[in-house]
Amino acid sequence: MSENKNAYVRQVADKQYQYGFTTDVHTEIIEKGLNEDIVRLISSKKGEPTWMLDFRLKAFRYWQEQAEPKWGHVHVPFIDYQAISYYADPTAKKAEDADKLGKIDPELEKTFDKLGIPLEERLALSGNTAVDAIMDSVSVKTTFKEQLREKGVIFCSIGEAIKEYGELVQQYLGTVVPYRDNFFAALNSAVFSDGSFVYIPKGVRCPMELSSYFRINARNTGQFERTLIIADNDSYVSYLEGCTAPMRDENQLHAAIVEIVVMNNAEVKYSTVQNWYPGDENGKGGVLNLVTKRGHLRGVNSKLSWTQVETGSAITWKYPSCVLSGDNSQAEFYSVAVTNHYQQADTGTKMIHVGKNTKSTIISKGISAGRSQNSYRGLVKIGAKAEGARNYSSCDSLLLGSECGAHTFPYIDCHNNSAIVEHEATTSKISEDQLFYCNQRGIPTEEAVGLIVNGYAKDVINKLPMEFAVEAQKLLSVSLEGTVG
Amino acid sequence: MLRIKNLHARVEGKEILKGINLTIRDGEIHALMGTNGAGKSTLSNVIVGHPKYEVTDGSITFNGQDLLSMTPEERSHAGIFLSFQSPVEIAGVSMTNFMRAAVNARREALKQEPLKSTEFLKLMRDTQKLVDIDKKLVSRSVNEGFSGGEKKRNEIFQMAMLQPTFCILDETDSGLDVDALRVVADGFNKLRTPQTSALVITHYQRLLDYIRPDFVHVLLDGKIVKTAGPELAKEIEDNGFDWIKE
Repeated sequence: MSENKNAYVRQVADKQYQYGFTTDVHTEIIEKGLNEDIVRLISSKKGEPTWMLDFRLKAFRYWQEQAEPKWGHVHVPFIDYQAISYYADPTAKKAEDADKLGKIDPELEKTFDKLGIPLEERLALSGNTAVDAIMDSVSVKTTFKEQLREKGVIFCSIGEAIKEYGELVQQYLGTVVPYRDNFFAALNSAVFSDGSFVYIPKGVRCPMELSSYFRINARNTGQFERTLIIADNDSYVSYLEGCTAPMRDENQLHAAIVEIVVMNNAEVKYSTVQNWYPGDENGKGGVLNLVTKRGHLRGVNSKLSWTQVETGSAITWKYPSCVLSGDNSQAEFYSVAVTNHYQQADTGTKMIHVGKNTKSTIISKGISAGRSQNSYRGLVKIGAKAEGARNYSSCDSLLLGSECGAHTFPYIDCHNNSAIVEHEATTSKISEDQLFYCNQRGIPTEEAVGLIVNGYAKDVINKLPMEFAVEAQKLLSVSLEGTVG
Repeated sequence: MLRIKNLHARVEGKEILKGINLTIRDGEIHALMGTNGAGKSTLSNVIVGHPKYEVTDGSITFNGQDLLSMTPEERSHAGIFLSFQSPVEIAGVSMTNFMRAAVNARREALKQEPLKSTEFLKLMRDTQKLVDIDKKLVSRSVNEGFSGGEKKRNEIFQMAMLQPTFCILDETDSGLDVDALRVVADGFNKLRTPQTSALVITHYQRLLDYIRPDFVHVLLDGKIVKTAGPELAKEIEDNGFDWIKE
């Protein structure tokens, strides 16, 4: 039996990451390195107005004075910022193809097809999802733009938004995550390439799910996604984000910023299924996912929920956070983070209560296998004026095997005596008896692990939109196959 | 038909079974009685292939197949079911998902198509009625927060769903009051076909009032030391095991 299991483990190790292919497409990549000229070059490639270039330059100058943060429970390998190219455009045409302007290279369409993201609107995901497909530094296509525009919803790449809706972008960009926020935020602000822009006008319930799909393809490039979502008064939107990358021996840098602004009585749901290449079973390669995500609940009665299923990346450093300024605003954070082999995750959230009667909920489920390290890091801060603020946090860790680690770093900072802050934490292991019980009922071990892990993560998975939940369930099972034996 | 020959087994280095010989033909019910630590649960765990138990000698065949070379799930697919003495809880896994995985794994092994959702849910409903289990239990997570009696009832429900041909009831009566005992035994009797055989492990006569055994065996110190008809169980209930030891 153990022989069977070993064979199975090998088989899984071989096939495990099914998005590891590369796309052979002509890609225009600017020279490696980072300096003011590069920042200017990126800005000019994107045809940006002066205010945008000024924003980038300020961020770049600030970044130069900063050092990488060291407080995470992760070992980040040395990153040579001069050895990375900061702009790669797979939609750039070769000189001889210049007449095909405006057409998408069929190779790109094939790639997104292979990833299950059809760029043809008639083949749309569930018939009700609009997609912004981004490869490397450029948005390849945004679907259903026109239909959404009829409702007043703006959904396009941030590059396009800077040109077309400059005033709107300028009003909000950097107001939730200022470039001075942290080292990677400064870097992103200086060199960000593409990402999505969403504006939901007053009183509009967005008629479709909006989604962005991020794909890294080119070698030795970084991806610096920038997403900005604005939900005006009394509006609603559900937004999904998915990510994959090819298998490469060297690390790839992904340093993103997502900013969300939620006005009076508005609601935003932001869901992520993160499946960046995690590196091989010996910890070689993989994406360094160093991300700043934050939402600002500016309006009264506003709502924001972050739901994330994190199975990928060699290193994840990510704390989708909420600033609850509006009175009665509500924020939620639901997270499943899976680490296997040599993956490292330091992830969690910050809930900053500013307004009165604000309420936040944190449900975090960490699952560690192999020799991985999985940390939850969270801050609940109750400001002096946050009368009646409430927080409930629950952080659970599940261990598979004996060589992995699970860590919890909860911080509570309370300045108002009327606040109620609760924190619960558990750590458990999948027991041999549970697996045997499943086996006796005819369920093979690998399937049993998937079943048990999905049961454990259910509270979070249930928060995802339907199609994503199914995807996430499969992903959890695949990420952990062969880890018990 | 289950045939056990000269079975020796140990757990954590300690020899528990010291040469078991037992043949159970189709349709027969065998009761297994014995003192605590005699090896009753070890025998049931070895039959279903629990990895903690190591077989050092002997053989077990089931319908002619070498059982000891099969994985636990293969034994299950072949029609062997253990009603656990202490069923484990699996938090967050709904009974529906658990049973669907079990039923479809078995169907796959038998080269049958997986059940469609509607068919599966109908099977769940029909089986609930058959074994008279509360709908609420089935909508909860596997054994999570179940009382002792509810867990045992749930084992019989799973048995009904999987329709095994050989069942082991490992102290299914322990911790049950008389009413619950009758419900569980009735459930088992309803499921029986003329081919179904069973090994019923118990300390008490009362379960055997509901599930009539064809043979009663006494297991002491890793060996079957006495075999007789149903009257033996009554005798043990009255006089204990000491007279057999002598």
